[in-house]
Amino acid sequence: MELLEPIILSILAASTPLLIAATGELVTERSGVLNLGVEGMMIVGAACAFGGAWLTGSVIVGAIFGIVAGVLLSLIFALMALGLAVNQVATGLALTILGVGISGLIGAGFVGERITPAPHLYIPGLTDIPFIGRILFGEDAFVYLSLALLAGVWLFLYRTRGGLILRAAGDSHVSAHALGYPVLRIRLYAVMFGGACAGLAGAYLPLAYTPFFIPGMTAGRGWIALALVVFASWRPLRLAIGAYLFGAVTILQLHAQAFSLGIPSQFMSSLPYLATVIVLVLISRARTGGSTAPAALGNTFVPDR
Amino acid sequence: MPLVLEKRTERSNTIALVSPLIAIGLTIVTMVILFAILGKNPLLALWVYFIDPLTDSYSLQEIVVKATPLVMIAIGLSLCYLANVWNIGAEGQFLIGAVAGSWIAVKTHGTDAGAWVLPAMLVLGAAGGALYALIPAICKVRFGASEILTSLMLVYVADLFLDYLVRGPWRDPHGFNFPTTAEFDPVATVPTLIEGGRLHLGGIFSVIAVIAAAILLGRMIKGFEIRVVGAAPRAARFGGFNSKQLILLTFAISGALAGLAGIIEVAGPVGHLQPGFSPGYGFTAIIVAFLGRLNPVGILIAGLFLALTFIGGEQAQIAMKIPLDVTKVFQGILLFYVLACDSLILYRIRLISASGQVPSGTA
Repeated sequence: MELLEPIILSILAASTPLLIAATGELVTERSGVLNLGVEGMMIVGAACAFGGAWLTGSVIVGAIFGIVAGVLLSLIFALMALGLAVNQVATGLALTILGVGISGLIGAGFVGERITPAPHLYIPGLTDIPFIGRILFGEDAFVYLSLALLAGVWLFLYRTRGGLILRAAGDSHVSAHALGYPVLRIRLYAVMFGGACAGLAGAYLPLAYTPFFIPGMTAGRGWIALALVVFASWRPLRLAIGAYLFGAVTILQLHAQAFSLGIPSQFMSSLPYLATVIVLVLISRARTGGSTAPAALGNTFVPDR
Repeated sequence: MPLVLEKRTERSNTIALVSPLIAIGLTIVTMVILFAILGKNPLLALWVYFIDPLTDSYSLQEIVVKATPLVMIAIGLSLCYLANVWNIGAEGQFLIGAVAGSWIAVKTHGTDAGAWVLPAMLVLGAAGGALYALIPAICKVRFGASEILTSLMLVYVADLFLDYLVRGPWRDPHGFNFPTTAEFDPVATVPTLIEGGRLHLGGIFSVIAVIAAAILLGRMIKGFEIRVVGAAPRAARFGGFNSKQLILLTFAISGALAGLAGIIEVAGPVGHLQPGFSPGYGFTAIIVAFLGRLNPVGILIAGLFLALTFIGGEQAQIAMKIPLDVTKVFQGILLFYVLACDSLILYRIRLISASGQVPSGTA
């Protein structure tokens, strides 16, 4: 029990950025757009968030900087993939390459600096309950926000008219267009939402996970978030399961390294990436009866007039 | 929206030809703005980036040396992208090729092994890269797993595996604990073309790859199949082309070329295996492939151009204290403009009034 509590706490912390980024990408993909630039938007979000927090001393300002950075990058993507009907895969890759460069440029001045990380919730009495107290009532704001975000997205997608229209645009843009829905505008909003989430997910890393900025600190989390959306079969609730599973793999391999089981640390470090490959294979294989992906995912759309 | 895309009845050949040049021009304008924001003299920076490296023999050789892996990897990637298969893990295949080939160099180090060492290393490097590329290809063909994500994930795995080898079993015992293998023996080193120069045999391999790809795509039925599967998958099905086999083939070729580039880089300019020996060639090669319009000759030119930005970036860092990340930003922006300009080959942008009517006489 003594050991379990910190492990669960760190799993929640490691899962949160994955969950936030994947939630955003899920909405983007549900509208029929595949934005492979999550990693790029995350890493720029991380650099801008750290910069904001370091300059102003406020974690909230930092988070806003991260979100704005993510949205701005997603707008470049939207201009290309929606406005100019460029191949979405290539555009997403370009966004990631650009993002890595921009974050290095912005973050260079912040390397080695420290900030005060986001505070953890403390409710006297509740947080002091042994074992579950800190897990349920002692997290930082991002953890609660990520769950609220997921619940909100589920409600939006399955319980509102707007969600239905968004899914329609993702399953058949031709039909949605014929019914008079502005497909490109719907997709623009979805891409921007994905960008905001990716920026926030990146912001979480230097604001709460580690209180400093390292170049390349996202370490492929954006790509894992993309894989999580596939893992979840584009459904929000499964996304949470996937994110916490991946968080668990990441943290448990770190603990296993500490125990030095005689396995080289590099092999343990590659586990989350290998797990992603294996999970993708298993999930894709299980889906023999047709794909569950949005039918128009990744297809460019140019409305005819 | 006041601007809309309109499909051209025919693809514009004029724009197809000038679009990479427009893209480079737009990128340079953007870079001038970026340099000005960074507080550097933009014209001087452009001079250091693009002209200075062309003025002395060392830099010119270095451009070819840097272009060698870029061109070789990009040729392989272009085959994948033409077939609409997305191998974005060339960096991993590059690293595994380097590891596989280095195995012989490490094992024969200090022995009197003969001239077979280097050819064996090159073969093993290409084979290693091809096998590593076949993992995502098989996952795709057999199980339907997205090759984009699996190939990218394997980059991280390859990076960590290389790190393990040079910090563990392959570390140079006389290397003062630095994570590197011993310097390769002369028989395990790619020979230079000019005595004392930087140009090495690898450049010739890249040119051969360009010619082979041009023949494959222009003159051979397999190349035709690759292009049809990518451009018109339905037509390819009616034609009875085996698209699964083509996925495996394009992945294997691109993996082999990336692996070959990897071992040539390690056994040539670098001389030993160490972590971080690649400045992201596998990713930059994606830009090279697109800038070269997925055309072998185009890729050759694009590879030389991006190699120039690497050298220019290093010189700008030394001479003007411009951060190296500017080169990455430059490459990212360039790819954006290339893709945007390519869109104008198929579409034209038209101005429409608020009511949605296309006014006459706009273009």
